[in-house]
Amino acid sequence: MSTSIDKPGAGGASGPALEVVNLIKDYGDFRALKGISFTVNEGEVFGLIGPNGAGKTTALRIISTILQITSGNVRMFGMDVAKRPHEARMILSYLPEDAGAYKNLTGNEYLAFIARFFSQSREGVARILSKGVDIADLGDRMGDKVDTYSKGMARRLLVARALMIEPRVAILDELTSGLDVINAQEIRKIVKDSSRNGTTVLLSSHNMLEVELMCDRIALINDGEIVEMGTPAELKAKHNAQNIEEVFMKVVS
Amino acid sequence: MNSTLNILRKEIREMMTRSTLLPVVVIAILLGAMGSMMGGIEEAVTGAPTVGIVNDDTHGDLAAIAVGIVGNLSEVVYDGNDVDEGVTAVDEAGGVALLHVPANFTERITDGESGTIQIYWIMRGAGLLDSISSEAVNSVLWNVNRAISTHLIDANASVNSTLALNPTTRTETTIFGDKIMDGISPGTLGSMLSAQSFVVPLVMMMLIMVAGGTVISSMGMEKENKTLETLLTLPVKRGSIVTGKLVASALIGLVMAAVYMVGFNYYMTGFSASGELDMEKYDIALSALDYLLVGISLFVTLIAALALCMILGTFAKNYKSAQTLTMPISFLALVPMFMIIFKDFNTLPLAAQVLLFALPFSHPMMAMRSLMFDDYALVLGGIAYSTIFAVVAIALTVWIFKTDRLLTGRIGKKEEGRSKTLLMAISGRKR
Ligand SMILES: Nc1ncnc2c1ncn2[C@@H]1O[C@H](COP(=O)(O)OP(=O)(O)OP(=O)(O)O)[C@@H](O)[C@H]1O
Ligand SMILES: [Mg+2]
Repeated sequence: MSTSIDKPGAGGASGPALEVVNLIKDYGDFRALKGISFTVNEGEVFGLIGPNGAGKTTALRIISTILQITSGNVRMFGMDVAKRPHEARMILSYLPEDAGAYKNLTGNEYLAFIARFFSQSREGVARILSKGVDIADLGDRMGDKVDTYSKGMARRLLVARALMIEPRVAILDELTSGLDVINAQEIRKIVKDSSRNGTTVLLSSHNMLEVELMCDRIALINDGEIVEMGTPAELKAKHNAQNIEEVFMKVVS
Repeated sequence: MNSTLNILRKEIREMMTRSTLLPVVVIAILLGAMGSMMGGIEEAVTGAPTVGIVNDDTHGDLAAIAVGIVGNLSEVVYDGNDVDEGVTAVDEAGGVALLHVPANFTERITDGESGTIQIYWIMRGAGLLDSISSEAVNSVLWNVNRAISTHLIDANASVNSTLALNPTTRTETTIFGDKIMDGISPGTLGSMLSAQSFVVPLVMMMLIMVAGGTVISSMGMEKENKTLETLLTLPVKRGSIVTGKLVASALIGLVMAAVYMVGFNYYMTGFSASGELDMEKYDIALSALDYLLVGISLFVTLIAALALCMILGTFAKNYKSAQTLTMPISFLALVPMFMIIFKDFNTLPLAAQVLLFALPFSHPMMAMRSLMFDDYALVLGGIAYSTIFAVVAIALTVWIFKTDRLLTGRIGKKEEGRSKTLLMAISGRKR
């Protein structure tokens, strides 16, 4: 059903980690994405920013194979995700902006449930699980039902879920939403670490500081279109701004 | 404004939704339809019954009286001397019974014993409404009895008073399908059968409500708890997700049904102890193969029902809306259940037969009775139909899972509703 995570690359496909070409998405007669294109290289941290309703989540969901493409193309290591969704799902990990976990499971049980999709062997599952427990860092509470977690605790569990499988591509929608400053910082560090270990990260955020700290490159989406793209330094220079927040304000308003 | 009033208004607005009102309307319509069906039947009772007569007592004056009364009070479609031929004729004419007056009818009464009229009932269905037509014949026979009684008393016949008041008795044979059952009336048989075949519809209902509810709410909860998106990005075949949900709920349903059945069985033992012996006697007991067929029919239908629930479940936005979605499924199960209690498949008008056949839930409900009377075609046809239904429904469900309709809530290409409200709906937020 799924291959082990020890054999990444699913069929030896190659190319940039992500290649999005002219992506258009219609919800009925409403066009949420109006033809966006960008490329993310392997190991890069790429950020999507933009106002509410700009189309960030839509783009991330399409790349994660759960929304259908109206037109255009998404390639993951050269592999067309619309044509080979199952292969794409083996190497990607998606963290939805407001995801939940199964309430009747404990933290441990939830991570184990997910881990079993990514490894057939008992040792493999145990290895993934121990990584997950490390990332979640919830101590004893891992044995409690998810039901009893605070918002931040649940978010940490879900981040752990997304990263413990060491995906080749991590797609993280509003990574640190709901986390306090300390937790947010820790999670950023974990994501940075996995990026150093070769995971390609595509994230969206409303926290401009976070974006500036974490991302190698940024795309600014407004109203379904990419209106700016580049490294944080390039964007600041181009718009003569102190920080990305200023860039955002200048470009969007 | 008074805040209690304010709350009250809000509560009423929330409760009076289409999905809460619809079931009530459907029940009302259903009851109304059934009432008018009953009314129609009751009228038929008062009319003259269609019967046939075989009179072997050609020279007896009392037999002549009997035949005369029958002729006056009913529509006689056969008057000859061959029972088999008579039964066929009455059956073809849509009649109720063949009355056979034996050669010794008059002689026995004048000898001081009661004269026997042999009734061959032609039973067409075992539903509650199917056996009512025998009442009309009973009333004709009561008149025959009284006429002969009057005659005996008028003629000062030398018979004892008890016999004079009640000179005739009857023996009954019920012909139902290919079975000829001596010594039992359609009424007795009908109630015996309905006690027996009540069980499967009940189990079916229970299964559908429990298991169907489980599967629909599992879909609703995936959305409400925001676990669906994650699930869909996991490297697991969509078919596996659907299968997992179907089989899990089927198992839960079966366990629940088994628990109910144990209780129900205790409740039924009192009734069925005698019934089961009779089943053997009349050669309508089910064989092991028959039970296997009932089981297969039940299983296939359960899967079909669950797949149907799953399709409905894709519309469920949260747990609450999932609960209301189980309603239509329960109704789909209720309709055949009532139809079958009141009428047999074979005695229903064609349109109703088509409807009954098309609902996959009907088949296991009908299976037991059909098998008692060796109607294998209907049972096997039903199993085939339910299987096809299940396969199509599962394929449709898997297809829905492969598209993004679960997340966008769109089934058709163009649907009403602006993007915003739909987005809200998906994320489960109140508008
Ligand atoms: N299922 C849907 N049906 C219809 N319209 C939708 C649907 N999902 C999103 N939209 C619309 O698409 C547009 C983009 O939405 P999206 O969720 O991608 O925005 P976003 O950039 O993630 O916003 P936010 O920062 O608020 O999360 C919005 O106008 C939204 O209303
Ligand atoms: Mg979003």
